[in-house]
Amino acid sequence: MLNSYILRRLLLIAPVLFGVTIIVFLVISLVPGDPAKAILGTFATPEAVAQVRHDLGLDESLPAQYGIWLFNLLQGDFGRSYILHKPVIVEIMARLFPTLLLAGVALVLSSVFGILLGIVAAVRQNAWPDKVITVAVLIGISTPSFWLGILLIFWFGVRLAWLPVGGMQEMFGGGGVWDVTRHLVLPSCALAAVAGAVLVRLTRGAMLEVMRQDFVRTARAKGLPERRVIFVHAFRNALVGIIPVIGLEAGFVLGGAVYIETVFQWPGIGRMLVSAISTRDILLVQGGVLVIAFAYVLINLLADIAQSLLDPRIRAG
Amino acid sequence: MSGAVLSTQDVVREFGGGRRWFGTPRPQVRAVDGVSLAVPRGRTLGIVGESGCGKSTLARMMVGLLLPSSGAIEIDGASVAELARTDRKALHRKVQMVFQDPLGSLNPRKTVQQILEAPLRALHGMERAARRERVAELMSLVSLRAEFAERYPHEFSGGQSQRIGIARALAANPEVIVLDEPVSALDVSVQAQVLMLLADLQARLGLTYVFISHDLAVVETISDEVAMMYFGKVVERGPRARIFADPQHEYTKLLLASIPGARQKT
Amino acid sequence: MSGRPTAWRLLTQNAVVAFGLGLLGVLVLIVLAAPVLPLLDPNVTDVLHRLKPPLFPGHPLGTDQVGRDILSRLIWGTRLSLAVGVIAALTAAFVGSVIGLSAAFYGGLADTLLMRGIDMLMAFPYLLLALAIVAALGPGLFNAMMAIIIVNIPFFARGVRGGTLSVVNADFMAAARLSGLTNLQIIATELLPNVLPGIVIGVSTTIGWMILETAGLSFLGLGAQPPQADLGGMLGEGRNLIQVAPHVATIPGVVILLLAVGINLVGDGLRDVLDPKLKSGGLARTHARTAAARGEERRRGLTPAGSDARLPLAVRGLHTQFTVGRQVYKAVGGVSFTVKPGEAVGLVGESGSGKTVTALSIAGLVATPPGKIVQGEILHHGEDLVDAPMARLQAVRGNSIAYVFQDPLTTLNPLMPVGEQVAETIRRHQGVPRAEAWRRAIALLESVRLPDAAARASSYPHEFSGGQRQRVGIAMALANNPEVIVADEPTTALDVTTQAQVLALLNDLRRERNAALVFISHDVGVIAELCDTVYVMYGGKVVESGPVADVLQAPAHPYTQRLLACVPVLGHPDRKIEPIPGLPPATNALPDGCAFAPRCDLAEARCRSGSIELVAVSGEHLARCVRVAA
Repeated sequence: MLNSYILRRLLLIAPVLFGVTIIVFLVISLVPGDPAKAILGTFATPEAVAQVRHDLGLDESLPAQYGIWLFNLLQGDFGRSYILHKPVIVEIMARLFPTLLLAGVALVLSSVFGILLGIVAAVRQNAWPDKVITVAVLIGISTPSFWLGILLIFWFGVRLAWLPVGGMQEMFGGGGVWDVTRHLVLPSCALAAVAGAVLVRLTRGAMLEVMRQDFVRTARAKGLPERRVIFVHAFRNALVGIIPVIGLEAGFVLGGAVYIETVFQWPGIGRMLVSAISTRDILLVQGGVLVIAFAYVLINLLADIAQSLLDPRIRAG
Repeated sequence: MSGAVLSTQDVVREFGGGRRWFGTPRPQVRAVDGVSLAVPRGRTLGIVGESGCGKSTLARMMVGLLLPSSGAIEIDGASVAELARTDRKALHRKVQMVFQDPLGSLNPRKTVQQILEAPLRALHGMERAARRERVAELMSLVSLRAEFAERYPHEFSGGQSQRIGIARALAANPEVIVLDEPVSALDVSVQAQVLMLLADLQARLGLTYVFISHDLAVVETISDEVAMMYFGKVVERGPRARIFADPQHEYTKLLLASIPGARQKT
Repeated sequence: MSGRPTAWRLLTQNAVVAFGLGLLGVLVLIVLAAPVLPLLDPNVTDVLHRLKPPLFPGHPLGTDQVGRDILSRLIWGTRLSLAVGVIAALTAAFVGSVIGLSAAFYGGLADTLLMRGIDMLMAFPYLLLALAIVAALGPGLFNAMMAIIIVNIPFFARGVRGGTLSVVNADFMAAARLSGLTNLQIIATELLPNVLPGIVIGVSTTIGWMILETAGLSFLGLGAQPPQADLGGMLGEGRNLIQVAPHVATIPGVVILLLAVGINLVGDGLRDVLDPKLKSGGLARTHARTAAARGEERRRGLTPAGSDARLPLAVRGLHTQFTVGRQVYKAVGGVSFTVKPGEAVGLVGESGSGKTVTALSIAGLVATPPGKIVQGEILHHGEDLVDAPMARLQAVRGNSIAYVFQDPLTTLNPLMPVGEQVAETIRRHQGVPRAEAWRRAIALLESVRLPDAAARASSYPHEFSGGQRQRVGIAMALANNPEVIVADEPTTALDVTTQAQVLALLNDLRRERNAALVFISHDVGVIAELCDTVYVMYGGKVVESGPVADVLQAPAHPYTQRLLACVPVLGHPDRKIEPIPGLPPATNALPDGCAFAPRCDLAEARCRSGSIELVAVSGEHLARCVRVAA
């Protein structure tokens, strides 16, 4: 059902993506100092610098640079990495899937467990499950995910030696699905823990809020069993507020992947970005940020559409 | 009309219009659609209508909080829109407003003293000592104990809050007060108190009221003239006795017939 | 007389928050004292004593990979991380608040442009944007902090704008304008004080994030640069040593955790204190039914039900209370009434008189917490609904006793088609298949004269007008041919003309089906038109009852008399309106004797003590006044 809301929302994607390219472009081109010198080092010859400046299009005006950059971008040309000596797009494509897999699994894990525990905490408010969950949530939102990752490696990888601690080099390197899954367990849990804690808290609050609404009283006045009151009437309404936050969580998970990939040596875009920043491989950073931002925008689009399918008031605009 | 202190001439106010990004054009609504009214000095004009008829929009235009899309509103022969642009303080010394939600119209973070002093200082440039004296006077005018002035709004009931709202309007020493559903949020016993207070103040201070309400019986009690609004237009107006005894417009008749007490008696 | 002392007391009263404050206080004290503590130089290396475990002589927390003292580095690092977090949060809050405030206050094009820009920034996962900024500015603690500030500004701007918008349209802003205040004065004295609590909440709940985020950047080597170290940097250095010297990475992590726990606890506490919505345990979950005292305690002093046990509804000696903090609100203080088959009973009173709580008590719909039925019973054909098994109560609700509520917008589920909301209750009680329930729902919607019912049954509540929604509410109540319909101010939210139609409809249909009606209203006129019997309530008690004609035409209780005298009556504009002086009593501080005595000009000494009983004025007409008995 392609209703007018979804259509409008799809059309709005274009200016958002356009804006994203402008911001990425501006941030990178406002680099203080000469990127060419930064790339080549302090002892480069003037000729070499001029050559690199030309290659990067830095001898053009800023709008012209942007125009050329965008034009190339639309053709899939993200430029060349001076450090890796290959096209940026090739490097990104090789690393996109591992990142999306890690972030996706973490997002699903955190959403499912976050919402379930949130409901349990709300329904059993002030009883022991609620108290246990509340303390766990507090610790969850206060824990740096990279530190959690290190602890997981230490206990499950080193001490107990149940799971591989990292070293996932090639996604399709022959280990098969089982190997990938085993490598995925620890990083996705570390990544999901914090995001999940935020969702537990949100779901609990949303459920408590909704349970006080008049229509819940109406549902009870109709003699509906409490199970139906909670899940059909209260939860669906709470979900309207939860879904956009899941969209935001996607950003959290995609960003957090940078830490987790570094800790677990996961071959994704996050780890690529960190090393690209330290080697000042500007174009690689630009491409990586852009691709992840696009993914994030698309996930939020899906969240908005899901929310509109649930809530007729949003469809009406 | 001779002696009119406040008058409106073909006042129109539109909302909306334009387009959304990639969207359908937004519908344009005429909230107020060509209203002409006049309020004689020292009298009360009652404006009756149901929700969405444009009566609150009209009220906000009368005090210069909103500007008309077209048409003119005059107070004491001066244009309200003009004054709102050039000399807001002069305008608000002439016309004030009392709002529907008694608590919502008081800043929760200010004491009653501070709330009542604001117009005294800003509109009349009164000194500190004079202000204190005047606040005490205003409190007694609306039958509140002077020591209540040190309290915050949440410590008051709805009826008391509405008295403070009225005192705030009085502080400006206006000629006209526009009352937008001033008793709708109050219980009947408290509503009666506020209605009596308003009548008493009018008699003592010679105020002119524009009293806006959906409650026919209340409007009948307090008004000299009555205007019926329906979908942004005044469909009928005239002296109170005539309107209620001999309604001409179908909508007025329907409204009168809908009052529970009225049908019972027929 | 500011609100601060009470807020501070509230904050420290909560044991959990006090723990957070204590934890945070200790950490802050330690880092503030760092320059005077007898610590080793955090940057002096000693390769001979590298990677010593905790409790090593001279190094209480051991040493790192180049033999530096971990305790010293930890305290200095915490100092750095905390400072960066606080500065970043305050700066981001300030800049974001200025943007959000101006956007909301000035509106128009400025608002649109600022917010579009903010939307664009928020289209990035914020850590990624921070990385891009660090990539551009180059690694370093200051640059990392700038990046964290920039990516957090949009969150504050958006939040503050939302908070401001809700204040900008408040009536008191208009009132300030009318008081002659300038824009600047309005922002400073009206807007800011009301938006500030939201900003404080924002800052207190983000400082923790900021610390984690800057620690993250340092962890990646993009923040603090060696040899200087903040907590994240120390963690990063210890990461590769996790197999040989786990303490190097573990200790700074524990400190980050403690710091964040402390900040989050205090932030939550602040939010609870400052957010009016959360005050007085506002977010307690409501239970499936109202709590009640145990049977024998509840029935103490009740006479045997006798013939009342055969009636569809008999409320006997009902006391319902709300406990909020230490205050007990006796909302209903001993209400008894009976409903015969097909009878229309009216409960009339002002707000706080207990009429709605009485109505909701019937089917156990008073919110618990804080509500509780402490005394009395509610008999439905002799069965006490107060302690009937849950399944039995649910079988009665919506079946033999059905409700119509006040505000039809909030009482219908916004996400469910109206037809389904009617069909749901039919399926529940009649056990018919889906299609049949849907067919019956449409028939019901037709019977309440919802235009084009078959098609509109699939529409959602927001697509109907107020009057139409209340017709749906009535259809829902009628769905299972109830014996008793409890209608709680069903037309208060509606316009006069709509109200008349909806009332007529409700009355016609319930007569057709011979359902009894319990009608709650503040409007004497409506009660007079609709009801056979009326109960006038004041301060949680029935003060007068009897046939409508008797009570309203010859009121015996001074309150009823005065109430009728202060209602303007259409067609009698010259009738003198006599207000009742004073205010209705608060139910947590009811006076002894007659609750109306303080406002009654006929009150005598005996009105102010003991309990005053209902006595017969004539036949069925009763009043709770000492002057009637005399």
